[in-house]
Amino acid sequence: MAHRILVPVKRVIDYAVKIRVAGGKIDTNVKHSMNPFDEIAIEEAVRLKEAKKAAEVVTVTVGSTKSQETLRTALAMGADRALHVEIPESAEVQPLEVAKILKAIVAKESPSIVLLGKQAIDDDAGQTGQMLAGLLDWPQATFASKVELNDSVLTVTREVDGGLETVKTTLPAILTADLRLNQPRYATLPNIMKAKKKPIEKLSPADLGVDVTPRIKVLEVSEPPKRSAGKTVGSVDELIDKLKNEAGVI
Amino acid sequence: MSVPRFASLVSRSRAAAAPALRNAARSFSTTNAVRSAGSIPSLHTFTEEEVMLREAVAKFATEVVGPKVREMDENEMMDRSVIDGLFQQGLMGIETPAELNGSGTSFTAAILTVEELAKVDPSVSVMCDVQNTLVNTVFTKYANAEQKEKYLPKLATDTIGCFCLSEAGSGSDAFALQTKADKQGDYYILSGTKMWITNSYEAGIFLVFANVDPSKGYKGITCFIVEKDMGVEIAKKEKKLGIRASSTCALSFDDIKVPASNVLGQIGQGYKYAIEILNEGRIGIAAQMLGLAQGAFDLAVPYTFDRKQFGQAIGDFQGMQHQYAQIAVEIEAARLLTYNAARLKEQGKSFVKEAAMAKLYASQVAERAASKAVEWMGGVAFTRDLLVEKFYRDCKIGAIYEGTSNIQLQTIAKILKTQYAK
Repeated sequence: MAHRILVPVKRVIDYAVKIRVAGGKIDTNVKHSMNPFDEIAIEEAVRLKEAKKAAEVVTVTVGSTKSQETLRTALAMGADRALHVEIPESAEVQPLEVAKILKAIVAKESPSIVLLGKQAIDDDAGQTGQMLAGLLDWPQATFASKVELNDSVLTVTREVDGGLETVKTTLPAILTADLRLNQPRYATLPNIMKAKKKPIEKLSPADLGVDVTPRIKVLEVSEPPKRSAGKTVGSVDELIDKLKNEAGVI
Repeated sequence: MSVPRFASLVSRSRAAAAPALRNAARSFSTTNAVRSAGSIPSLHTFTEEEVMLREAVAKFATEVVGPKVREMDENEMMDRSVIDGLFQQGLMGIETPAELNGSGTSFTAAILTVEELAKVDPSVSVMCDVQNTLVNTVFTKYANAEQKEKYLPKLATDTIGCFCLSEAGSGSDAFALQTKADKQGDYYILSGTKMWITNSYEAGIFLVFANVDPSKGYKGITCFIVEKDMGVEIAKKEKKLGIRASSTCALSFDDIKVPASNVLGQIGQGYKYAIEILNEGRIGIAAQMLGLAQGAFDLAVPYTFDRKQFGQAIGDFQGMQHQYAQIAVEIEAARLLTYNAARLKEQGKSFVKEAAMAKLYASQVAERAASKAVEWMGGVAFTRDLLVEKFYRDCKIGAIYEGTSNIQLQTIAKILKTQYAK
């Protein structure tokens, strides 16, 4: 079966960077890279292609011109071609708007599977995959830690609060990747060079007929309170007194 | 009085300027000026694949090499998984064309790779550097088509190479080498010893410089491609102060037979190849030293903001601020020298002076940075619990191999003389 897998990726602040808030906004003049869960998604899609379960891996991103480097990384990891839905650098997109764009991309590309990272590490929303499934009315298997594809049937092990849950679904379907799904490969130098020749198609939200005006407004961004040293108490009564009167938690 | 003297100076210089203005057309003919300043990027500008490669190598260095650094240093042995990883990542044939199983990328990409590896382990960095900037380049520049097709793919995918020039009696005075090559029918019989050969313990391909006709002096020096199973013997593996995981051995060639078809380039031109290649390899060593300096700096400075004494972070004391600011300046200067030399070479421009300057300065900065890094981290840096003491031991070789600092200074001085002496 010639399955096509669509893997959306997002350019986020690198996970190792210490986030700083300056003047009520996050300092974005720092190192950026592909969302780690999206790396895991690309890796899984490429592995399915290498196991001959899929014929093509297409990657897509919604972002400014800078997001092109994220697409190049996906191509260097093994994606075949890329789509860049370009938005101005000052603009932001939220999960519902991204899901609507992806719905239009799905209509254009007809993938059998849309494989996303379970959440982005900047907003931690964890919504896009689920919203897309709702908009498309497709089955979804989220937080996947194991994926098997046999004869157009997906068997997915999900990491849920109570433990592991295994679900089966027909195609087409939405999958979101969890941390333990795989260990993403390094982009080797020959693959980085090959990625240069792979095509990146440019589109705009208008081309896809999607209005990306955000519906949720961010009112305030602040750093969490600094951790202060603890105090030793001499007795249970003292502990209760401090918890009640100083910390105000009981 | 100064005023009349000044007036006469002005009139004299105006008279001198007149002929120059008339010759303006001729005097601008040899510049490499560009149309406007807006198109000149800083030396911190890279192509997309150079940026991607730098990040990929940094990640590989941190995740695959990093955990093994201390162990490799203590055992004085390069870990096989690190060597395999370098090959798999395509880092051992960076400039080799894709048709020969290489990665087909730029010289600067190789320099960035060497720099990123050195930030984590200068031993791994030099292995990659010798392979790319010495061994691969000799083949690419001087080998014939059969030799390139036979050896470059091996060097890019699974075989380590090394550059065998120095001997016990000839280091800086490389042309005084004694290894002989006697022609006998279709073979040359190589006999002699080499010393201080990097990568030689793991290598399968040896570029050996031997003299086919000592009566011609250095004009008999010829480069031979020697394979391990032709009979190369490891006479001694050195125990070193630094870059201990990088193998440095004395080799002996006991009348080994090398096919005449393995003469690389022209007979008697080996001395030229050696000098030319070392001029380029110098930039690689500059990159290694640059990475070493940065690695030591990146370890030590964050510590100074964590470590509190007398009620404040030691990094906030002005004495400390001045020290790490000074070192940061020197590292940046070394970086610009190195990147500039790399770009000049890439563009086919003259780069020998700049390469010598880069290697000289970067090795000096590496020593200062590593030394300061140990001091900034204090007592704990003096133990082998941390890797900063390793940077201090590793840096010393920078002033010695691929042309000692004194040789670099001489190279620079000779070029300056051609520019300044009438």
